[in-house]
Amino acid sequence: MNYLLGAFKPACNISITFTDGKNRKQVPIKKDNGQIVMNPLFQSQETIAGKINIEPYQGKKVEHNGVKVELLGQIEMYHDRGNFYDFTSLVREIDVPGEIYERKTYPFEFSSVEMPYETFNGVNVRLRYVLKVTVTRGYAGSIVEYQDFVVRNYVPPPPINNSIKMEVGIEDCLHIEFEYNKSKYHLKDVILGKIYFLLVRIKIKNMDLEIRRRESTGAGANTHVETETLAKFELMDGAPVRGESIPVRVFLTPYDLTPTHHNINNKFSVKYYLNLVLVDEEDRRYFKQQEITLYRLKEETLS
Amino acid sequence: MIADGAEDEDKWLAASAAAFKQNAFYMQRAIDSNNLKDALKYSAQMLGELRTSKLSPHKYYDLYMRAFDELRKLEIFFMEETRRGCSVIELYELVQHAGNILPRLYLLCTAGSVYIKTKEAPAKEILKDLVEMCRGIQHPLRGLFLRSYLAQISRDKLPDIGSEYEGDADTVTDAVEFVLLNFTEMNKLWVRMQHQGPARDKERREKERGELRDLVGKNLHVLSQLEGVDLDMYRDTVLPRVLEQIVNCRDEIAQYYLIDCIIQVFPDEYHLQTLDVLLGACPQLQPSVDIMTVLSRLMERLSNYAALNAEVLPYFLQVEAFSKLNNAIGKVIEAQEDMPILSAITLYSSLLKFTLHVHPDRLDYADQVLGSCVKQLSGKGKINDTRATKEIVSLLSAPLEKYNDVVIALKLHNYPLVVEYLDNETKRIMATVIIRSIMKNNTLITTAEKVEALLELIKGLINDLDEPQGLEVDEDDFEGEQNSVARLVHMLYNEDPEEMFKIISILKKHFLTGGPKRLKFTIPPLVISTLKLIRRLPVEGDNPFGKEVSVTATKIFQFLNQIIEALPNVPSPDLAFRLYLQCAEAANKCDEEPIAYEFFTQAYILYEEEISDSKAQVTALQLIIGTLQRMHVFGVENRDTLTHKATGYSAKLLKKPDQCRAVYACSHLFWLEDHETIQDGERVLLCLKRALKIANSTQQMVSTGGGSAGSVTLFIEILNKYLYFYQKGIPQITVESVESLIQLIKNEEESMASDPYAESLFASTLQFMEFQKQKGGAIGDRYEEIKV
Repeated sequence: MNYLLGAFKPACNISITFTDGKNRKQVPIKKDNGQIVMNPLFQSQETIAGKINIEPYQGKKVEHNGVKVELLGQIEMYHDRGNFYDFTSLVREIDVPGEIYERKTYPFEFSSVEMPYETFNGVNVRLRYVLKVTVTRGYAGSIVEYQDFVVRNYVPPPPINNSIKMEVGIEDCLHIEFEYNKSKYHLKDVILGKIYFLLVRIKIKNMDLEIRRRESTGAGANTHVETETLAKFELMDGAPVRGESIPVRVFLTPYDLTPTHHNINNKFSVKYYLNLVLVDEEDRRYFKQQEITLYRLKEETLS
Repeated sequence: MIADGAEDEDKWLAASAAAFKQNAFYMQRAIDSNNLKDALKYSAQMLGELRTSKLSPHKYYDLYMRAFDELRKLEIFFMEETRRGCSVIELYELVQHAGNILPRLYLLCTAGSVYIKTKEAPAKEILKDLVEMCRGIQHPLRGLFLRSYLAQISRDKLPDIGSEYEGDADTVTDAVEFVLLNFTEMNKLWVRMQHQGPARDKERREKERGELRDLVGKNLHVLSQLEGVDLDMYRDTVLPRVLEQIVNCRDEIAQYYLIDCIIQVFPDEYHLQTLDVLLGACPQLQPSVDIMTVLSRLMERLSNYAALNAEVLPYFLQVEAFSKLNNAIGKVIEAQEDMPILSAITLYSSLLKFTLHVHPDRLDYADQVLGSCVKQLSGKGKINDTRATKEIVSLLSAPLEKYNDVVIALKLHNYPLVVEYLDNETKRIMATVIIRSIMKNNTLITTAEKVEALLELIKGLINDLDEPQGLEVDEDDFEGEQNSVARLVHMLYNEDPEEMFKIISILKKHFLTGGPKRLKFTIPPLVISTLKLIRRLPVEGDNPFGKEVSVTATKIFQFLNQIIEALPNVPSPDLAFRLYLQCAEAANKCDEEPIAYEFFTQAYILYEEEISDSKAQVTALQLIIGTLQRMHVFGVENRDTLTHKATGYSAKLLKKPDQCRAVYACSHLFWLEDHETIQDGERVLLCLKRALKIANSTQQMVSTGGGSAGSVTLFIEILNKYLYFYQKGIPQITVESVESLIQLIKNEEESMASDPYAESLFASTLQFMEFQKQKGGAIGDRYEEIKV
């Protein structure tokens, strides 16, 4: 029995470690099965280096036709499962064909890797970076090991960042003017603003500010759009009268936001919106949606 | 329906309270394990219960108080967290992550309180942020409670003068600014309550608003407690801002409550110095605001202030408090066109009380108030509103109470004008009040002029007013009123006979027009008062100052005659009769024989013509005899005529015993101790014998007719007369006659047995004789002679 079981077990154990793995920041990533795992964080132009250990199981030897490590940037569309689009693919051959009898360590290095896109886990799309180690074998099938890592790219504050200001309304019913202090927010930013009531003829119950994410995948006729409400933040409780001005202050920190993504590799886009929702006593909703741009500000420049 | 509503509410409250408790428990557990994240989570959930719209203010308050207690624990925990190294700025941000606004803001206020305490940022910045953020709650009830929480936690953290939070950047101005802003917002919410929900719930809503008003007023209280709010700050910032809000909110309930609140919480001194500002706001209030109560309270406060601190009085003058108030009231009345007359009068009444307290020396002010009041009343006719009437009475009573002296009120020219507007009934009441005041304070009214004014005031009592038909005055009341008028007469007094005569003349003039019903009450005191005057007149020819005396006794007697003549026309002959006798006696004292005779004649005529009741006759006759006995002014002829008449009347009385008694009483007319000219023993004896005769015939009537016993009593009475004259030493009264009379009585002993009165009378008579015997001396000797 033991023998039989052993036949289906891979012949060796492969592990990948990063050079500065102990000091590198780890960020949580949700895996397919819902589990949260911590993965190391990189950004574009970084050198990704480390070691690969291949350790055959006791008393076994691994015959192979060569060992390689690949750095892959993949976009995975859920509608189109199983199909990965690799937008980045780098390969390093780390061993020539031969046999491995005992634990063997291979260093590897991809220097200054161009990783223009950030890791992203959406509803219909996933963008991930992965290191893939392949021990190529003939008839027995290759042995493959993956190591995910996360890429996040930081940008400087945008030079132009206008406020969003708009007057909207329903004739003879409700007129408001709202103002958000910026149109571009970094992920730990705070949205400041105010809602000014010019005319109120309906009985408003409350007012919320929603942060919505619109993820569109595919192109042309195959475009799928998925909208999620990531935050629902109550701005006002009760019915205001004409002339009231309600302050807006929303901290973005608590929400799971990503930067805005525009047409990533012609595969998908992620956009963010602020949706101002007024609910009246009959639970009718009046809303106005404004797009905002989110970006990841270099952490050092914070505070 | 309503009961169901209340039941439901209890259920909701119970449910909320249970959920609240549970979350509070988890929060406490998180606090105990220093878990900030969970503490925030559960506190937000706990505070989420305050989001309910189902509870009435009363029940909501219950929930709020629970939250308040729990938040204290949380605050302490926050404080500890910051000591453990948690940045307070981060904490301040962290609490704002809560998605629901109400819990978020409660937490923010709590964190803000900690933030201020750590002094990591200027208090004013944090306060400003908090008060601004609270705008997010536009629901009146929840907003009011939230802001009241803010007010509560910030109270001890205001950068007031002397506070530890005062700094270069934080001044009391910021503190004031903060409280004012919070106040303004709270008031807006409070006012808004009025306009939300269906109209049929108006009453309930107003009640609920009433329950919440102290939350709003609390801010004013906080302002008044700030050290830094001195007079300048109050005048330049606080008052104008608060008033602006009050005026602009255009809400009746709020305006009434808040103006009153200002008056009550800030010091009187401030009010005094800002009177025109405060008063200037009054006409701008909604017409339905009960401004009179407000102003009344203000004036009441200022009056008390003046009363308690005499040293501030100069300030009152300096700021012309009176004229400002007067103007303000005028304006308010003008502005509120349909203001009920009651309100106007109440205002004037308060103003009057104010001026009486503050400027007791300025009668012209008081008169001015009354003048304004008259102006207000003019054109409105008589007042029908009973409350307004009451208020006028109170208005008119104020000067009386203050000065305790009607004389001062009489100086107020407008006083009687105001009285004019009362209905007759009230006029009478007012008059009674005035008289009572005079009586209570023993105020003497000394000049004719004042008397004239006073009578004008109490006209209601003196004259028949054009009473509407069918309005009958209660007989008892009428009597009481007239009695008080009678008492009043004696308070009108002047030492100087001439002035006094004038006073009396005025009284006469008024009284005589008073109608028959009053005369019997008013004439006697007038007569008595006049008689008193006569007694004070210097004896003629004995004028030490040598000045021309225009008031002579003769003149006065003529005057008296005129007065009394009025009485018989009224069905009060009795009274006139008595008064004539009184006058006669007075004339006697003045040695005015013809006058005295004239009075007697009048009395006799009345007796003959008007007094027909036998009982009244008996009494009248006794009076005649009594008076006549004391008269010494008459010459023999006049006296004879009068006594003769009197005895004649006696004999003509209807009942025998009455005849008998009158006759023996007449005996006194012939024997005056001090006047030798009037000592006629013969006729005394004649009278007594005649009395005996009548008594005898009475006895016979008794024995034949079996009528009432009592003749023996007559005998005993006659015996007493005998003894009296015997003791006086009249020769015609002999020992024998006395002895035989005693014998006669003793024979009647058996009939005496049935008459205990007679028995005891006789016994004491005998005892008296025995006693006189024992006394010895000349009289004792005379009694010794009588053998019983």
